[in-house]
Amino acid sequence: MTGGARLAWICGGLFVILSVVALGSLLVGAAPVPPGTVFDLITGRGPGQGTERTVVFAIRLPRIAAAVLAGAALAVAGAGFQGLTRNPLADPSILGVSGGAAFGVVLGQVSGLGQGIVEGLGLTALGFAGALVAGAAVYLIASTAGGLPVHTLLLAGVIVGIFFSAAITVLISIVDTNRLGGVIHWLLGSVAPIPPGALGVFALATAAGLWLVLGQARALNLLALGDEGALELGVDAQRVKRRIFAGAALLTGTVVAFVGPIGFVGLVVPQALRMLLGPDNRVLVPAALLAGGAFLLAADTLARTVVAPAELSVGVLTSFCGAPVFIWLLRSRAGRTSP
Amino acid sequence: MTPLCEFRHVGFAYPVGAHGRPPFEIRDLSFSLVPGEVLGLIGPNAAGKTTVIRLLSRVLDPSRGEIFLAGRQASRLGRAAVARQVAIVPQDVPQGFPYTVEQLVLMGRFPHAPGRFFENREDLEIAREAMAITGVETLAAEPLDRLSGGERQRVVLARALAQRPRLLVLDEPTAHLDLRYQAECVALLRRLHKDDGLGILLVSHDLNLAAEVSDRLLLMAGGAAVSAGTPEDVMQESVLEAVYGCRVVVDKHPATRRPTVNVVWPDGR
Repeated sequence: MTGGARLAWICGGLFVILSVVALGSLLVGAAPVPPGTVFDLITGRGPGQGTERTVVFAIRLPRIAAAVLAGAALAVAGAGFQGLTRNPLADPSILGVSGGAAFGVVLGQVSGLGQGIVEGLGLTALGFAGALVAGAAVYLIASTAGGLPVHTLLLAGVIVGIFFSAAITVLISIVDTNRLGGVIHWLLGSVAPIPPGALGVFALATAAGLWLVLGQARALNLLALGDEGALELGVDAQRVKRRIFAGAALLTGTVVAFVGPIGFVGLVVPQALRMLLGPDNRVLVPAALLAGGAFLLAADTLARTVVAPAELSVGVLTSFCGAPVFIWLLRSRAGRTSP
Repeated sequence: MTPLCEFRHVGFAYPVGAHGRPPFEIRDLSFSLVPGEVLGLIGPNAAGKTTVIRLLSRVLDPSRGEIFLAGRQASRLGRAAVARQVAIVPQDVPQGFPYTVEQLVLMGRFPHAPGRFFENREDLEIAREAMAITGVETLAAEPLDRLSGGERQRVVLARALAQRPRLLVLDEPTAHLDLRYQAECVALLRRLHKDDGLGILLVSHDLNLAAEVSDRLLLMAGGAAVSAGTPEDVMQESVLEAVYGCRVVVDKHPATRRPTVNVVWPDGR
């Protein structure tokens, strides 16, 4: 089977899974809407107005879209960071990149940016800028003449993450103590329905980030040989790294701007896929896009139904899943490959 | 005949090292290699052998002089164009992500179409042929981290052959090989350059291996060429003793009549 055919089969399968999860998510929720009514509404045969219509079109569908986009973006960012650092433990939250993005977004929020299209663009830009600054800081702290040692990289990520979360707390305390509660909920990561215009910005920024990462996927494979090994095979290693880094940071910044810094999706999803499908980024990145969307949507659906009518933060759920996976990885794989 | 590669008065200095050591330099190095020739690059540690490899593959660019590949200035060729001419066989490959043998060998096809997302049928055929030549085709689906050092070395050689280069650069090709595979490796190298007119630059600590398979030797020390010529010219006791700083005896291989060298150990017995 050629590479293209294999990719098509894998993506087809994952798309079916994503569709099933989306359908399930559309049918459940705090407000009871009979499945028949949901089908009537989405096929255009339902009532023109009413509570049920509002629940399906203004609450559930936008929320599903936001969760799928966020999960997809985080998983692709994670796959990109893992390839870039040659380290299966890399992920936007562990590398402190989410923390930097969150600082940028909070900076925007305290200066009054809300959820319109222009404001969404502004927040995305600030999140992107914060992600770039944090990523560059981690890289500068962790890089040695010999490369990026695993443990130094993780420590640098933790330190940069702590720094930015302290900076966020300072920022919020200075501006308005009363708003702290809401921001803490957002900082844990929670998907809320997003207005259509802002959703469009979210989708476009995700597409741009995906294009940057996927376009370099073949070269990213060769980067596993080390910079010198890749150069010997004709890869412009610096250019590939810059593009992957920019793409992964854009994806991270965008997710943080719209749904908050949700942890561990970028770690767990690419890691599980790599075990199933192998390390080829040309397969891994598109698969991460679909599987990440399905994973976060499933987590968010659980988050809004298990304690309904109250809600859990979806970030809390992903961390519950992700932390054990991280520990297991640290004990097995990284323990063997690190110096 | 246009040389496959030619160094013309090449100079290179690393930036001053972080460890306070004086920077290592390549000084006024000139040599060339014609199609079908095996050139052995030998010399003690820190002679500059690895730097020559890096200059050839354009991982580094010379600060003085010029390198020509098949008559064209290497500095004006793109990275992929260089990789289509020169294939490096490194001593080993990192194994952070468990690529299979076939996936690694296919990476050798990258410089021929960097913009192509998946390799095509022709790429796959060339990769399979390269795996057959080095005898690793049965390992195609094995992840790299399950192979022995010797098997990995033959896989890396297959990757270099899949590049379809005109010049093959071997960095310590027998470092991980036991005697039997060393012999197979030598036989393979002979066959390759006879069949395809491939030029081979053999970089090795193993003087006897270099003398055995090379048409000419280039002896380097301290970043400069010390001696160049046929194995008989270069493998002189006085020259080797001056460069390596120990007593040696040069003899002839009982079977091939090529020069061999043996160290006279310091206790003198």
